[in-house]
Amino acid sequence: MSGRLEVMKTYKLYINGAFPRTESGRSYEIKSHSGEFLANACLASRKDLRDAVVAARAAQPGWAKATAYNRGQIIYRIAEMLEGRADQFAQEISLQTGATAKESLQEVSEAVDLLVWYAGWSDKLPSLAGATNPVSGPFYNFTVPEALGVVGVIAPIEKPLFGFVAAIAPILVSGNTAIALASSSAPLSAISFAEVVATSDLPNGVLNILSGQQSELAPWFASHMDIDGLDISGLAVDQHGTIKEAGVENLKRISSFAETAEPGRILAFMEAKTVWHPIGN
Amino acid sequence: MKFYGLVDGSDTSLRNYLKQLPGVDQVGADARAAMLATRSIKTTSKAWAIDTAISMVDLTTLEGADTPGKVQALCSKAFRPDPTNPEVPHVGAVCVYNDMVGIARQHLDSIGAKELPVAAVSTAFPSGRASMAVKLQDTEDAILAGAAEIDMVIDRGAFLSGRYIEVFEEIVAIREVCGNRAHLKVILETGELVTYDNVRKASYLAMLAGADFIKTSTGKVTPAATPPVVLVMLEAVRDFYDLTKVRIGVKPAGGIRTTKDAIKQLVLVNETAGPEWLDPSLFRIGASALLNDLLLQRMKMSDGYYASPNYVTID
Amino acid sequence: MNFEYAAAPESRSVVKIDPVYGHFINGKWVTGTSHFNSINPATEEVLSSIALGTSADVDAAVKAARNAFDKSWSKLSGRERGKYLFRIARIMQERAREFAVLETLDNGKPIRESRDVDVPLSAAHFFYHAGWADKLEFAGVGTTTTPHGVVGQIIPWNFPLLMLAWKVAPALATGNTVVLKPAETTSLTALLFAQVCQQAGLPEGVVNIVTGDGSTGAAIVNHPGIDKIAFTGSTDVGKLIARAVSATNKSLTLELGGKGANIVFGDAAIDEAVEGIVNGIFFNQGHVCCAGSRLILQENIADEVLEKLKRRMEKIRVGDPLDKNTDLGAINSAEQLAKIHELTAAGDTEGAARWSPNCALPDKGFWFAPTIFTGVTQAHRIAREEIFGPVLSVLTFRTPNEAIEKANNTPFGLSAGIWSEKGSNILWATQQLRAGVIWANTFNKFDPASPFGGYKESGWGREGGRHGLSAYLKGSAK
Repeated sequence: MSGRLEVMKTYKLYINGAFPRTESGRSYEIKSHSGEFLANACLASRKDLRDAVVAARAAQPGWAKATAYNRGQIIYRIAEMLEGRADQFAQEISLQTGATAKESLQEVSEAVDLLVWYAGWSDKLPSLAGATNPVSGPFYNFTVPEALGVVGVIAPIEKPLFGFVAAIAPILVSGNTAIALASSSAPLSAISFAEVVATSDLPNGVLNILSGQQSELAPWFASHMDIDGLDISGLAVDQHGTIKEAGVENLKRISSFAETAEPGRILAFMEAKTVWHPIGN
Repeated sequence: MKFYGLVDGSDTSLRNYLKQLPGVDQVGADARAAMLATRSIKTTSKAWAIDTAISMVDLTTLEGADTPGKVQALCSKAFRPDPTNPEVPHVGAVCVYNDMVGIARQHLDSIGAKELPVAAVSTAFPSGRASMAVKLQDTEDAILAGAAEIDMVIDRGAFLSGRYIEVFEEIVAIREVCGNRAHLKVILETGELVTYDNVRKASYLAMLAGADFIKTSTGKVTPAATPPVVLVMLEAVRDFYDLTKVRIGVKPAGGIRTTKDAIKQLVLVNETAGPEWLDPSLFRIGASALLNDLLLQRMKMSDGYYASPNYVTID
Repeated sequence: MNFEYAAAPESRSVVKIDPVYGHFINGKWVTGTSHFNSINPATEEVLSSIALGTSADVDAAVKAARNAFDKSWSKLSGRERGKYLFRIARIMQERAREFAVLETLDNGKPIRESRDVDVPLSAAHFFYHAGWADKLEFAGVGTTTTPHGVVGQIIPWNFPLLMLAWKVAPALATGNTVVLKPAETTSLTALLFAQVCQQAGLPEGVVNIVTGDGSTGAAIVNHPGIDKIAFTGSTDVGKLIARAVSATNKSLTLELGGKGANIVFGDAAIDEAVEGIVNGIFFNQGHVCCAGSRLILQENIADEVLEKLKRRMEKIRVGDPLDKNTDLGAINSAEQLAKIHELTAAGDTEGAARWSPNCALPDKGFWFAPTIFTGVTQAHRIAREEIFGPVLSVLTFRTPNEAIEKANNTPFGLSAGIWSEKGSNILWATQQLRAGVIWANTFNKFDPASPFGGYKESGWGREGGRHGLSAYLKGSAK
């Protein structure tokens, strides 16, 4: 008998900075690329989503009020923490997708670099997306971009870590808070990402991570009246219509994206506020 | 001179006076308070500050569950904060609910603490929502029971809805009840006034109406005695002295829990109103848990190592 | 009852100063051929012996920078360049206390300021610019995002580390390599910065630091292998440099002197305005190009403001810069102190009324008490010339237009301040003022995202924000 028995990881949800199990008590099997049992992931319910939205909403004003510098530094720290765990994440990716060790490490590096890229946008995008507008009249007129609020994410299936990071980073950098649903078949990278986030000074509730079935939860994301925006890049194209329709009730801003490194992904979940003020004494 | 000759007691006069006060820039006030909070008070100045802070504490218990036993223990603690060390000064006053004043006064007298005043909260503390008759009676009862200081609350509802003259007249009436039997502290409840402009206006309103002290809070609402709020109030008493040659006291209350907090307050006084205010007759700190932290820090300064809560009495 | 603050000195033990320093060229320390002393202006103690850079040293540095540009730096993606800058920012944060104490020892500024302003802003500057390195195509500074190549940077003594950050961060972010000369009296934090570059693994030759005096600076300005010069310092030297490069293809940005007008209207928030006046002229001992050195006070509140100002000035603590409670530190050099004396003497002669609070000044070192002159008119030397010390000239005005006229009546155009509670008035004044940085109801606020630079003889170009990037990119200008 060689080797010691490894302590298997329990994969839980990440809500408001804590790691609860799903309130439904349900789980589902995650199998490796070659069919072996990997873990019982939580099968999150609509009530978990409801709790996550409450947490995200409570955290949002504080996160948006933090200075852009502070948000940038925190997202950079998420990159620092992820870099430190490269091997752990690469292993998980290989197990789930069958990618080689080299390919998986490459995916982790790309995810780290993408976090660094987005971190650098926090204190620059307003200088580009905002403007002083030359109106006709003695008025100072300026437009400022502002965070939208609480944004849901249906994370993509391919590249379980990189795709996840590409979805959440642009949402957080401007001051939104998020609830992300990990890819149903390969959720482990997203769930482990919670460990990185929990050690990065990101305030509780800013990012919440659920694992479960897209088919069960996506409609609840879409209909929730306290979710302001939704990234459905991870949803199959034939589902987009139904989800968009469900989101109309509170005029959710719903988008899906093709590019991963794109400031447009930040702007898609921002509002623009224009202010007038007379000039004179 | 009535109302220091600055207002004539009419609504118009009061309104105009308050309106002409310069505004307070919130960001600037916050920055000044934050800069003063970086003062590093060490060694001899820290020792002096700790003892001064102790002598300025209004040791307070204001709970629905207060009993004679609780109040008596508080009074003993107020007079001899550290029973093992008689060098520790006694606090500035004991602050209790009006129906506990008699018990406090009696106990203090019985332990030889005749010079330690009892302050009573009155006027339907903390909300201030009661009839004028009740508020006047509240005050009279406290004074008859032995209170030498009255901490009254202003009608914040009236203030926020712009009925300044009502707030003014209430203070004038309570001041009259106090006469020369008790000094009057006026609680502005700055957490409910919210803006620094309001804090400045309310400070002047209270001083014009006859306050001996202006006090930040009831301690039942947060935020309470934040440094910028205390800064604005210290500026008000400083400027009021220039106008009238009368010094009004300031009492922050609520949220001052550690020695560090207390020392920051003393620095604010020192560099805003000035050293004349560094005396219990012009500056008090409304607190309860603070006293033990001051004692722990005092121990560390004299012993040279960190103390433990086991070595200070809980009451 | 007086509340005396006992001495609260910050410990020097966090800092290790070598007795002799060389230059930092091509990632290595290079011994200098001759040296000069660098002293602590608060005590006149000799801190270290600094190398005097010769033309040969400058030449070696330029070659190293060119080589690094050609072989390594220009080959890196913006993303990779950015990651070096993020590392540098983080290491500066890690070594923050060390940098702050060293800056105070070398410059004379209070530890509270180096700790709370200089060092955090310097790290922030690197952090901010790190994020631009891979986003230049979005910066809106033009379609050409090609760096110049090798840039020569000459910085002043008033904010040694911060000025280094303002220069090096954007230069590197845009893909240039650097030869930097710190000021003669303040080289130490630049030399410590070289250690940070090494810890960050920055490729050799990307940043080169050559210490020295005016002759070293001239060697940099005149070196044919340098594509662009960036200079912060006096207007006189700025003009010398501009003349020297005018017949060359070198690109040039300048950040020069100022005589900032701080305008207080009658409707200002008075207490905060007084704080702003004090901050405007006494922060950093008044050694600030954008200092609010002319107070332009509306007559209807002049007496009240002056009385409050004097009372506030009584509370300024002058003394040991390493003491955490010190507000006003030492004047940086005997030379600068002599200049301040000369100009304030002129103030007396020309009939202005001088006032300072009583403050005991230390025996050793270079010190000047915070001072105001009232009854100043535009014709006085102390209203026209930059004193660069803790001296405020006070003028008055009756109408808003008069305030603007007086404020603009100067060849300088770096900064201005406006104090008023009326929004439209503030916006009107900002529209009229000919100054590159205008602070309304605040003063001396800096941020890497906020462009800084002057109109008129206060300089060419901006630093910080996306506007500051264009200085370091070739662009389409010939």
